[in-house]
Amino acid sequence: MSEMQDAVLRLAGLRKSYNEGRPNEAEVLHGLDLLIGRKDFAALIGPSGSGKSTLLNLIGLLDQPSAGELYLLGEPTRTMDDAGRTRLRGESIGFVFQFHHLIQAFSALDNVLMPLMLRHGRPSPGAVDRARGLLAAVGLEKFAQTRPNQLSGGQQQRVAIARALVTEPALLLADEPTGNLDTHTAAEVFELMRRFGREAGCAVLLVTHDPRLSAACDRTIDLVDGRIVSDTNSVA
Amino acid sequence: MNCPCSSTERPVRSPVLKLWTAWVLALQFLRDGRGQTVTIMVGVAVGVAVVVFVSALIQGLQANIVQRTLGTQAHIRVLSPDELNLRPASPAGTLQLVWEDKRAQRRRSINNWQQVVATLDALQSVRAVSPVIAGPAFAGRGAALESVALTGIDLLRYQRIIPLSDYIKEGRARLEPGEAMIGSELATTLGLRVGDKLRLDTGRQNPAVVNVVAVFELGVRELDARNVYLGLKQAQALLSLPGGVTQLDLVVDDIFAADRIAQRIARLTALQAESWMEKNAQLMNALSAQSLSTNMIIVFVSLSVAFGIASVLSVSVVQRTREIGILRAMGAGRQQVLQVFLIQGALYGLIGALIGIAGAYVLVWVFNTFGPGLFYIPVPTTLVLFALALATVVGVLAAAVPARRAAMLDPVVAIRYV
Ligand SMILES: Nc1ncnc2c1ncn2[C@@H]1O[C@H](COP(=O)(O)OP(=O)(O)OP(=O)(O)O)[C@@H](O)[C@H]1O
Ligand SMILES: [Mg+2]
Repeated sequence: MSEMQDAVLRLAGLRKSYNEGRPNEAEVLHGLDLLIGRKDFAALIGPSGSGKSTLLNLIGLLDQPSAGELYLLGEPTRTMDDAGRTRLRGESIGFVFQFHHLIQAFSALDNVLMPLMLRHGRPSPGAVDRARGLLAAVGLEKFAQTRPNQLSGGQQQRVAIARALVTEPALLLADEPTGNLDTHTAAEVFELMRRFGREAGCAVLLVTHDPRLSAACDRTIDLVDGRIVSDTNSVA
Repeated sequence: MNCPCSSTERPVRSPVLKLWTAWVLALQFLRDGRGQTVTIMVGVAVGVAVVVFVSALIQGLQANIVQRTLGTQAHIRVLSPDELNLRPASPAGTLQLVWEDKRAQRRRSINNWQQVVATLDALQSVRAVSPVIAGPAFAGRGAALESVALTGIDLLRYQRIIPLSDYIKEGRARLEPGEAMIGSELATTLGLRVGDKLRLDTGRQNPAVVNVVAVFELGVRELDARNVYLGLKQAQALLSLPGGVTQLDLVVDDIFAADRIAQRIARLTALQAESWMEKNAQLMNALSAQSLSTNMIIVFVSLSVAFGIASVLSVSVVQRTREIGILRAMGAGRQQVLQVFLIQGALYGLIGALIGIAGAYVLVWVFNTFGPGLFYIPVPTTLVLFALALATVVGVLAAAVPARRAAMLDPVVAIRYV
């Protein structure tokens, strides 16, 4: 039971079908059960089309499951309305996507501040300091006022990581965050996430196709055809 | 190390604070899409400039026409009620078919007119009241004879209805007993000048001979050819209505309320009250037709402005689909996304209107300075405020559909959009 209370995320018989009620309806996730602890640093691996992105979208409350239940910080989410899911998402989830999804109209610093602004309005000096601190931590303090299109891919991804962490989320979700980067940069970005996961004490769930990266994670969850086929802990 | 899950941020979730973020996003999106922004704002500005200029022109024109019309007539004229035929009451239970001729209306005095004047003087909306006695007469000089409208007035009071001294061509405005003021046309026909004598015959009394003390020109041929002003007492004597007046002339503060005030006076005094609007029904028709066409212009310009804003914003929503998805993933609610695009619509309208109003001022200035110079058009502040409010409201309404579409986007689909 203590394990359950310590969970950031718990899936119970989670199912997802696309095009529900239509002739081309297809179930992609077939009843997943999973528990992610507060300090887990887990890799989600699996062949293309196995449903990894689908699962991440469900966990991030961007999408709704067809059946089963998803508990985020102990809260059941299936019957939540959009406003409730938006609130919970803003409070507890940080996203990093494959293609450094930054908002082009805003500087790097404003991008990092955006999640705070969306929740609280005008950022406090404390919030700005925090955002600057995060930019510094990802090595981009000099680029605070730079627009995303003047940053390299790796730099943009680092801004995205800073942005995902600015709200101190309980769970950081990353969908192939390094998929678009060269090996060296990918390793750097991975190290950043690893460090932040430890320092900020948030759980990390990261989708990757790179076996070296997944091997470096504490836990590896293997998803094949919408079923979890293995879930191994590499640290005792 | 601080606890990872207890956020150190203020737990405030005031919608007003969140509105600030919507503003920042809207402004930044507008600045980012500069080309679109400038294009649509020029479109809005042209529309607003047209609306403001045309409205100012028509309003100025109408004010001018009305002013000219009312310069020489009372806003409301109060008369005795028509006399009706007296009939014996029909016995109960019988149906009476009546064929009657209208009665000839003799010239009568308004009953108790002093009291009526006092009552009307006390009315808030009435600016001035002047008792007048009017009747037909022949004006003669030597063998020449002209039919005229004899008008007995109290000059001091009447000046507040029609400022006769402003229209004097020759002589001075005054009406002692034995004095008359005549129109310029009549003066020409009868060859009269100030200081000449004029014979007035009403057919009821012995003809009177009066001194011409002033010749006026109201600029309306009919009035200049027929009006002869006398003092009240003398006219009463000539028309055999001693102490009586046949009409009360009024001016009111709000000329377009004249018909309503007239109705009220009619109820109040049981007399006939006729406003300038009834008497100039054709003019009123023309004016309201003009106003209608101005309103049509406003409606159609607003519509095309609305469609312009809506289409620009629709494109913008499509272009920003992915960013909307990202914002949603970062915790933006549907409400916030909606606000961002509504604010953009409002700003398109408001800023476009500001530019358009500046343009309208330039157009009006050009018209006043280099135009035909027939009349001067002012730009009323109410019109400017109206244009600003209208453009902003149109902007918000036009933004409603695209903003709603943006708010209802599925975040998953939006994020994957390329
Ligand atoms: N919007 C959608 N509508 C219908 N089917 C979808 C949709 N999105 C994904 N799918 C299907 O769901 C399955 C899982 O897709 P998903 O994107 O989750 O895979 P993935 O594991 O992330 O693959 P990859 O490693 O290539 O990113 C696929 O078969 C895909 O065709
Ligand atoms: Mg994927």
